Amino acid sequence: MPEAANILELRDISVKYGAIRAINNVSFSVKRGEILTLIGCNGAGKTTTLRAISSMVRVSGDVTFNGSSTAGERPETLVRRGLCHCPEGRGIFANMSVEENLSLGAFTRNDRDAIESDRQRVFTLFPRIKERLKQNAGTLSGGEQQMLAIGRALLSRPQLLLLDEPSLGLAPQLVQTIFRIIREINQQGVSILLVEQNAHMALQVAHTAVVLETGGVAMQGPASDLARSDAVRKAYLGH
Amino acid sequence: MADFLQILITAIAVGSLYALIALGYTMVYGILKFINFAHSDIFVLGAWTSLTASVCVITWLKLDTQQPPLWLAPVVLLCAMVVCGGVAFLVERLAYKPLRKSARLNVLITAIGVSLLLQNVGQLPGFTAAEKDGRSLATVPFGPSPSRMPSLLPDTSLISVPFPSGDPTIPAASVQVNLVDVFIFVSAMVLMFGLQHLVYRTKLGAAMRAVSFNTETASLMGVPVDRVMSFTFVTGAVLAAAAGFLYALKYPGLNQPAHEIWVLLGLKAFVAAVVGGIGNVRGAVLGGFLIALIEFMGMYLFSKYLDPLMGTNMGTNLRDVYVFSVLIVVLLVKPSGLLGTPVREKV
Repeated sequence: MPEAANILELRDISVKYGAIRAINNVSFSVKRGEILTLIGCNGAGKTTTLRAISSMVRVSGDVTFNGSSTAGERPETLVRRGLCHCPEGRGIFANMSVEENLSLGAFTRNDRDAIESDRQRVFTLFPRIKERLKQNAGTLSGGEQQMLAIGRALLSRPQLLLLDEPSLGLAPQLVQTIFRIIREINQQGVSILLVEQNAHMALQVAHTAVVLETGGVAMQGPASDLARSDAVRKAYLGH
Repeated sequence: MADFLQILITAIAVGSLYALIALGYTMVYGILKFINFAHSDIFVLGAWTSLTASVCVITWLKLDTQQPPLWLAPVVLLCAMVVCGGVAFLVERLAYKPLRKSARLNVLITAIGVSLLLQNVGQLPGFTAAEKDGRSLATVPFGPSPSRMPSLLPDTSLISVPFPSGDPTIPAASVQVNLVDVFIFVSAMVLMFGLQHLVYRTKLGAAMRAVSFNTETASLMGVPVDRVMSFTFVTGAVLAAAAGFLYALKYPGLNQPAHEIWVLLGLKAFVAAVVGGIGNVRGAVLGGFLIALIEFMGMYLFSKYLDPLMGTNMGTNLRDVYVFSVLIVVLLVKPSGLLGTPVREKV
């Protein structure tokens, strides 16, 4: 299969929760190898867009991942195709050890040696995770849990990583670290779709940005252009 | 002393049965988040399948009814496990799976329906399998009338410890450790350790625990949630089948499938799961043994000390009361059960 230039394409996707339209005719695409950030206020439909991409909600419109449609797929089958979704609130299995959390990240894989080398890669990115391997994941601090969530996601060897608010609830210093690591992961060849409320940081790290407002795309373009635009600066950057 | 030890041995054997059944309740609750009221009926089915299988095999192969060969027991156990696993698979697929996304109450009511269905199907009359020349081959004992399980194990006691009474006018008592009790305990232990290994040491077990903790996140890890759920359900049923088989070994006089004694047994195992902490595998085992100990010790102590004092004879009749009193106490004092600690998650 020839590699599509866009790892992900959304064409006019809409999601309804009962009678309420959460997102309406959203279209954008993520180029292979880039970081695209999806910014917007609470309730703009960012998380719903991610859930639509990973088939967690019923969606109308076309979602194309890696050249083929995701219609009829389930979240677990998409993981096998290389799409990994790191959910909002981290989704750590608090009753299991850090090590078990990591191995669940590699659930779809059987190549032991490659998994081990990916684990080592995760430990270089997050040395803290290595120190806490035997600990119960529920006892980790918020920042460590976020690192674990991202590390675990990497173990599925994703081509596209969906990150839902990785900076939520973290101290400013930690936010810096997380964003540095997101950039590193991207440089290693993983395309990233980053949902953020911290528009300031997100626009710095991303190549492309999409602004969602009340369920629809309000603006999209190169992240640096959007960071300079008056509308974005007023609404999301506060100056 | 001798009678105390004898009762202790029975309590341990019965406790292993409670534990095996309780494991099914707790696993299904942990993963599918509902109480499978049809679980005790799978246990009954296990006992009856064992009966049917052993009668059929004995007649077909013209085995000695009094002393069947030792290999028969494992074969019958396997039959019971396969049949119950299969029935459970169908029940899950047809009755529970379509309701995955609906309210818990719907599933709960469906479970009661499935339970009634199984109980009443169990009342259908047995049938007679005929050979080609018209001679009857075996009457399959399945149906509304009580029946008797052939004894698959020799009725021997492995250990017999004499207890001199110290009074020459009273004959010396002795404590018997019977083969059937040891067999029950050992089989149950093997199954429980197997389950423990499966749940805590394998990838599939990690997936089961992940689904139990958060179904949605588990699916984001690539865990095939539906299949893990079905597998868990069938595993619970297979354990119940083993319990049914072991029960039939110990108490060969089998009541008809809808008899209240079965319902009570299932309920007690459910109490064991709740007392241990529902959703907790180790809790179910602990609860099973604890409930049996309390039940049998209650009977023993009440009849020995309280009945003579009050001039009554109700120690044995109150056996269910001891069990359900424990349930009440646990629900009042520690509703999450003995080993069920609410998981704290930092946000």
